[in-house]
Amino acid sequence: MADPQGGMSTIVQVVTRWVLLLTLVFGLGVAFFGHLTPGGGFAGGVVLACGAVMATLAFGARTGPVAKVRKAASSLDAVGALAFLAIGLLGYTAAHFLQRWLELGEAFTLGSTRFVVLLNLAVMLKVGAGLFAGFAAIVAFARATSDADEKSDGKEQA
Amino acid sequence: MDPVLFVLTVFLILGSLVALEMKDLLSAVIAIGVVGLGLSIVFLLLGAPDIAITQVVVEVIVVTVLILATKGSRVEESGGRRNFLVLGVGAIALILATALTIHAFSELPAFGSDRTVASAFYLRYGPDLTGAANVVTAILLDFRAYDTLGEATVILAAIVGVLAVLRRPARRETPARPTVGGDPDAPTPTEPTGVPAPEAEERAEVLHG
Repeated sequence: MADPQGGMSTIVQVVTRWVLLLTLVFGLGVAFFGHLTPGGGFAGGVVLACGAVMATLAFGARTGPVAKVRKAASSLDAVGALAFLAIGLLGYTAAHFLQRWLELGEAFTLGSTRFVVLLNLAVMLKVGAGLFAGFAAIVAFARATSDADEKSDGKEQA
Repeated sequence: MDPVLFVLTVFLILGSLVALEMKDLLSAVIAIGVVGLGLSIVFLLLGAPDIAITQVVVEVIVVTVLILATKGSRVEESGGRRNFLVLGVGAIALILATALTIHAFSELPAFGSDRTVASAFYLRYGPDLTGAANVVTAILLDFRAYDTLGEATVILAAIVGVLAVLRRPARRETPARPTVGGDPDAPTPTEPTGVPAPEAEERAEVLHG
């Protein structure tokens, strides 16, 4: 296991570039079509977070895109939660909180229920960004404490 | 009971025992991962692909985090000789709990039966009323969107809690190099200021770029 800050070897990085694309597309697909096929916002968000974790491990946490995503993750988490709430509040325009306020479409298509799709996307944003933010924080903390442990050990032996 | 399911369940129990008894932390984490993946196959066999997808991916992330967290940490030998009184009480409690669980499960409705009015209603009218062909999503995000709102709130609170506990320590007037020696276990997650200043700054950089 390579250091999460430094990234891994070129072979891993090249393979990750390909797999990452597929992972992100799969995650988006699972979230977008959650109302037709198994999956949904939660599963799609977790898949996206998994892709971000993979990119972090392969490329290291300091490289451009990964660092940007990591910085934005905690904001995106809040954005997803607020979007869910906003969709719920818009339900008052129809009848009451979380009431479906968008018309149904043709059955078995992406637009068959745009209300559920929107909610799925909000949940996807929330779960994906939240999981990744938690992952980044835990990894950074574990690394800092293990470094501190190693240093204090060295002092005792000296 | 489906024989494949039975074999898988026994496999899961064995994996959990291995994870408990392993002296090496990394091996224990791998055993936990095996249990999680087996559990996702169980979900798939029980006809819950939604849960199976989530279970697989969450397990991957959890195992990654656990490996990163346990990497380089020492294993403390615990226990040693076992007290026979504790073992006896534990065995009796285990037998009692098993008997009660079997009794409780025998009272449940049969697997897959739609005995409640609500579930029959969802299955019958779900796709027509919500437009979602996947009944699971129809229930989660339309019939019972309040539940999902609560779930989202719980996750948000958990993530905010994690970020708050592991946050960058507040900038305050501290000596350049606090004491490092003494207790080697001083930097604990509940005590962010226990980490020496250079590491704390590095951590802040890691967290906030």
